[in-house]
Amino acid sequence: MIRFFALIAAGVFLAINLYAGGQSNASHDQEEKDFNVNELIMHHIKDAHEWHILDYKKSDGTIKSFSIPLPIIVYYKGQLDVFLSSEFEHGHKIVTKGNNSYILHHEKIYIADPESENGLRIEEKENEHVILNEKPLDFSITKNVLAMFIVAILMILIFTKVARSYQKNPGRPHGLQAFLEPLIVFVRDDIAYPNLGSKANRFLPYLLTVFFFILINNLLGIVPFFPGGANVTGNIAVTMTLATFTFLAINLNGNKHYWQHNFWMPGVPVFVRPILAVVEIMGMFVKPIALTIRLFANITAGHIIILSLVSLIFIFKSLTISPVSVIFVLFMNCMELLVAFLQAYIFTILSALFIGIAVEDHEHHESHEHVSH
Amino acid sequence: MDLVTPGIGLIFWTGIIFLTLLFILTKVAWKPINKMIENRNQSIEDALKMAEKAREEMKQLQAENEKILSDARAERDKMLKEARDMKEQIVAQAKEEAVKEMERIRKNVGMEIEAQKAAAIEEMKNTIVDLSIEVAKKVIRKELKSDNEHQQLVESMLKDIKFN
Repeated sequence: MIRFFALIAAGVFLAINLYAGGQSNASHDQEEKDFNVNELIMHHIKDAHEWHILDYKKSDGTIKSFSIPLPIIVYYKGQLDVFLSSEFEHGHKIVTKGNNSYILHHEKIYIADPESENGLRIEEKENEHVILNEKPLDFSITKNVLAMFIVAILMILIFTKVARSYQKNPGRPHGLQAFLEPLIVFVRDDIAYPNLGSKANRFLPYLLTVFFFILINNLLGIVPFFPGGANVTGNIAVTMTLATFTFLAINLNGNKHYWQHNFWMPGVPVFVRPILAVVEIMGMFVKPIALTIRLFANITAGHIIILSLVSLIFIFKSLTISPVSVIFVLFMNCMELLVAFLQAYIFTILSALFIGIAVEDHEHHESHEHVSH
Repeated sequence: MDLVTPGIGLIFWTGIIFLTLLFILTKVAWKPINKMIENRNQSIEDALKMAEKAREEMKQLQAENEKILSDARAERDKMLKEARDMKEQIVAQAKEEAVKEMERIRKNVGMEIEAQKAAAIEEMKNTIVDLSIEVAKKVIRKELKSDNEHQQLVESMLKDIKFN
């Protein structure tokens, strides 16, 4: 382990020396656009209206980017427009459909302003661009939506196959079934049953779906090329939606004791009860918000770290830094692999725990002490 | 800030995709898989229980066999002992009876001898009496008038003479 870190330190030292040496030569080579790490990382972790595959330099020196165009579905002023994102030509062109004309700017669709030359009304505010254009309702099949579709189809294929192989040979599991059974049994026996007890079978399908949906999205998110690479579970809209389902599962199934616990806590002095009610009602909403942010932040942070480490090569404009970068990225990828499982597990077990608290039978009064959170 | 602002489109599609996925997978995968796992667990449990039961039965059977065997052994021992006892008893009884018989025979023989002896003595006495009478008759015919007186005399004399 010590030798490993020593190697890395030596690599960094060498790279910095080489970088400093090469600086004078590089300084007058300024016609190339400055490498903007922030923009690159944001571009990779945010949703997009096209699935970017690669850029390549043509023989005449122009950079051509190759990407899969995705359908744009926008609604504005009673008009629904569906067209391919390639019509925007990567944001260089305004698309006019009927009465509306749209413009794509930094992967966001705006209504083009006929008065300004490029269709955007930009206001400079404290070194920040603020775009004042109106926005249509955007229901486009974005990169993340397509990735989710791919994951959904993948899951249906995989688990139908697994279910069929269970029917074919009810004995010892084989192949894919043997690979996935430990995970299914893990969710069943270590997440659902301990937290939900007799009601586990009712919520098991939800927990299994959530677990595998998050897990496969996480794993595909680490893969850097086409079917993967979409930062689905690192998108707050996705995690928020999933957390909302957990919120609904908790509150639609909560029994009398759960609501009593929330609004009029038994077993404490009466004057404390309103205060506790406020806390508990806040807790009702904090739980899904925590779920949302935990998953989103973990996955996004992992992606940012990996992208930053890769970007080191381009920041230093030196190949010498690449071994360091590669070793760090390799390490981070292993970490991300762990995080992919861990976050899927945490989301699922917390969902099971919260639902379990809401639906638990309180036959003994003592159990109030056990469910405090 | 853009990063933490959820987009309506993505929420919409996530919801649709997730609910559809949940619905389809519940139908085609989770329910059948869960059922099969439960069935398998049940069958494993049953098999284990059955094996345990069979083992228990086997043990019981073995114990029973052991018991039967030991009972038989005890029975045999008892029978042997009884036979031995009986033999001893029979032998003892026979011995006792033989002794008794011997005793009886001996007694009988003694009595016979005694009787014979007594008869012989009686006869001898009678003969002697008769002889004596004859002798005395002839000797003292003249002195005694009747035979009766003779006999009385002899008998009284004989009474004094005891043989043993």
